[in-house]
Amino acid sequence: MREAVHISGVPSSGPGLQDLLVQVARGDQEAFTQVYDQVSGPVLGLVRSVLRDPAQSEEVAQEVLVEVWRTAPRYQPSRGGAMNWVLTLAHHRAVDRVRSAEATAAREHKAALLDRTPDFDEVSEQVESRLEREQVRRCLRTLSELQRESVTLAYYRGLTYREVGELLSVPLGTIKTRLRDGLIRLRDCLGVNA
Amino acid sequence: MSTAELHTLTGAYALHALPEDERLAFERHLGACEACAQEVRELSATAARLGLAVSVAPPPALRERVLRDITTVRQEAPASGRSARAGGSPGRAGRWSTYALAACVAAAAAFGGVAVWQNQVAQDARQEAARAAQHNEQVARVLTAPDAATSAADLGNGARGTVVVSQSVNRAVFLASDMARPPGGKVYQLWFDDGGTMRSAGLMDPSATDDAVLLDGPVDRASGMGITVEPAGGSEQPTSDPVALMEFQDA
Repeated sequence: MREAVHISGVPSSGPGLQDLLVQVARGDQEAFTQVYDQVSGPVLGLVRSVLRDPAQSEEVAQEVLVEVWRTAPRYQPSRGGAMNWVLTLAHHRAVDRVRSAEATAAREHKAALLDRTPDFDEVSEQVESRLEREQVRRCLRTLSELQRESVTLAYYRGLTYREVGELLSVPLGTIKTRLRDGLIRLRDCLGVNA
Repeated sequence: MSTAELHTLTGAYALHALPEDERLAFERHLGACEACAQEVRELSATAARLGLAVSVAPPPALRERVLRDITTVRQEAPASGRSARAGGSPGRAGRWSTYALAACVAAAAAFGGVAVWQNQVAQDARQEAARAAQHNEQVARVLTAPDAATSAADLGNGARGTVVVSQSVNRAVFLASDMARPPGGKVYQLWFDDGGTMRSAGLMDPSATDDAVLLDGPVDRASGMGITVEPAGGSEQPTSDPVALMEFQDA
């Protein structure tokens, strides 16, 4: 059932991103420019998948990227990859925004939430990200339907596990375990080491 | 929520899908559970791959704005042991540490061995109960001692304090009823009065308004006790006027 799809040994966090971020932490603006070029596409794509609204997404992506500059001294390579650090930050900011009171009031209808799948078809010029997208898409197909729905609603739509449970009419305990075992299966399929 | 239940939250945590209160509870757990922290690191890295997969080409104007902004934004000072919540930080350990750690050692030895884990949790709960029972037993020994002597005081606002001393057990118990909670960030600290010199006798649980507190340390020659409001964690010496002073009675 498990299909290991290793396209390259290292996830496409780009060469030297970690070293660049360490330089950024010392105030190196030139290094930041290179960091920007590697992370801005994934940051904007992720924020947009959660927020949907293009203008708001650009605003939040800008905040995130400036925050990468501001908080680079906090990054600890021993705790994980640089791309992981940046995208975790981006996801937190996007989700914080979508869960703020105003956004909650304007939250889309249940049917709309369920209807939308992540934008895997967005055009990107980078071959690297096309390969990444293909690999993730194939690995998502190895999940059970409930695992896949739970993981994608939580991650790409920024729902809490309680919201996911309500949306899918599944007990909360089941959602918690599906989020965990779905991610574990993805981890194994993608060959993630941390 | 039990430790075993908390552990199933690694996935929801990595996806940032926990409501605030559960996130904080989980981070406390994470601070003491290396097996959980490792799983969170792996699952966060997995979630980041989902993020990479939706990469888009950003507009050039965004690049200009960001590169302009950073020339005016001051960077944080380098961290000294501080942990950001991103990337599976250990968070605060606090009072959880001892028994959560014990549970995790068991889990690391037999990851997925839920029976082992639960047994460990049950054992920890028994130890906790045993400690509580031991405390209650000491309180009971003072209260039921043949030479137990009681003095009471009005603590204001309808609150009453009663102190029971047993010279034969050489311990004292303070009983509070309807005590107002201390102001935020403060605690009630108890003192033995050694002929005018105050000796700390421990802190009261700040969340309890009714409590039976076994005073820390022997009574020895103390002639009474006092209560003061002190900063969280307590003080070496009283730093405020006493809320109450009570003379010990002779049996």
